[in-house]
Amino acid sequence: MEGTDRVFERLVRDHQDRIFALGLALTGNRHDAEEVAQDTFLRAYRALCGYPAERVRELKAKPWLHRIAVNVVRNRVRGVRPRLVELNGSEPDARTGPEEDAMRRIEIDELATRVAALPARYREAVVLRHVQDLSYAEVAEALGQPVGTVKANVHRGLKMLRGENDGHGDD
Amino acid sequence: MATVMIDLKRLGDVRAPAGFAERVLASAGVADSYATFETVLGRVYVAWNPLGVSAAMRAASAAEFEAWFRREIGRGLVRAKPPASLAAKIQDQLDGKRRMKFDLRGLTPFSQAVLQKTLTIPRGQVRPYGWVAREIGHPAAVRAVGTALANNPIPYFIPCHRVIRSDGVIGNYGGGGPEAKKSILNLEGVQLKRLQDLASSGVRYEGVKSTKIFCFPTCYHGRHVREENFVYFHDESEARRAGYRPCKDCRPAVA
Repeated sequence: MEGTDRVFERLVRDHQDRIFALGLALTGNRHDAEEVAQDTFLRAYRALCGYPAERVRELKAKPWLHRIAVNVVRNRVRGVRPRLVELNGSEPDARTGPEEDAMRRIEIDELATRVAALPARYREAVVLRHVQDLSYAEVAEALGQPVGTVKANVHRGLKMLRGENDGHGDD
Repeated sequence: MATVMIDLKRLGDVRAPAGFAERVLASAGVADSYATFETVLGRVYVAWNPLGVSAAMRAASAAEFEAWFRREIGRGLVRAKPPASLAAKIQDQLDGKRRMKFDLRGLTPFSQAVLQKTLTIPRGQVRPYGWVAREIGHPAAVRAVGTALANNPIPYFIPCHRVIRSDGVIGNYGGGGPEAKKSILNLEGVQLKRLQDLASSGVRYEGVKSTKIFCFPTCYHGRHVREENFVYFHDESEARRAGYRPCKDCRPAVA
C-alpha cells in the first residue's frame, strides 16, 4: 500500500502538466481542466490501489492516464460533474512570470476554446496526437479505436481547425 | 496546416496551476501538507491532513523535515498554504487554550495511549514517566513510556516535555535536548528550581494540611498554598499513613 502511494506521488508529479494541458485542450477552460486533471488522478489512484504489484510495475503510465482523462471528459458531458476539491483555495500560478506573457496565455486559451469546440471524436484525436504528442498507436489505445479511424479523425479535425484559422490570415 | 500544428504543440506546453500536485496528493490521502509557523518556540515545521496535525518539528531545513516525516510517518509531504485558522489554532494550543485535533495513525496503540494521556497534563505542570505508565494501565512499562515520548511526532503540541523523571531529573528531550525541555517548562511557568530541590531531597508529593489531600508538587491545587501549610511526603504510603488522600486531579496515586 505504501508502495502504491509512492508510485502515485511520482505519477502526479511527472504527469500533472501533461494531464492539465490535456484537460485544457479538451474542455477549453482552465477551471474545467483542473477538475478533469484532479478527477483523472484520483481515479488513477483508486485503480492503482486495486492492482497487483506486478501490474503496477508494468503499467505504461502515459497512455493509461490519457485513457482515464478522456473517459473523465466523456462522462462529464454525459452527466454529473464532480466537485473540485479546494483544500487551500487555488493559488495564482507562481510558476510563470508575472506577465507570463498575459498575451501568450490569452492566445493559448483562445486556441483551447477553438479546439474544444470541435466535435468530440475529432477533438479527442487531434488533441492526443498533436497537443499531447502521442503516437498513432498510443492514441488508438487511449481512445479504444482502430488506428485507421484515428488517422482519419486527426486529419478531419486539423482541416476543421485550419478552416477557422484561415480567417485570421496565415503569416 | 503547419501553423495549426505548431500552435497545438504550444497548447501542450501549458503547465498545471501552482499547488495542483499538492491538492491532488492531499485529496487522495497520500501526502500530508506542511508549512512553517513562527511560534514562541521559534520557527516550527507543522504537517497536517484532514484528520488533524500529524507532525511538528524544529527542523533545520524543509528537506530535513520532509525526509524525517517520510521515514517516521511513512507518507509523503507537500508544502502548502495553511488553512487560515491553523496559525491561530497553533498559537492557542501552545498557549494551552484549546485542544487541536491530532492524527496519530501509524503509531502503535501503546504509543497512542501514552500521547493521549500526555495531552491531559495541564500547562505549568509535570508528571513522572511512571504516572503515565500507571494511568494507561501498564504500570511496569515506564521505559516504554519514555521511548514512546522520545518518538513523539508532535512535540510541543503533545506536551511530552511535561513528563519528567520522578527523581527530578528533567530527562532527555527529542526537541532539542534537556536544555530545550527546561526552557519550555520555564516558559510554561513551572518552578524548576523548587521542583528539583524537592525531588533531590526525596520528596515526591506535597500535602495540604487544611484539606488533607496530597498532590504532585506542580499540581494546580498547590498554587496558592503558603509554604508553611504544606507537608511533604516521600511516597504514597507515608501520605496515606498521615491520613491524606490522593488528589483527584493530578492523581498521584489511584484514589
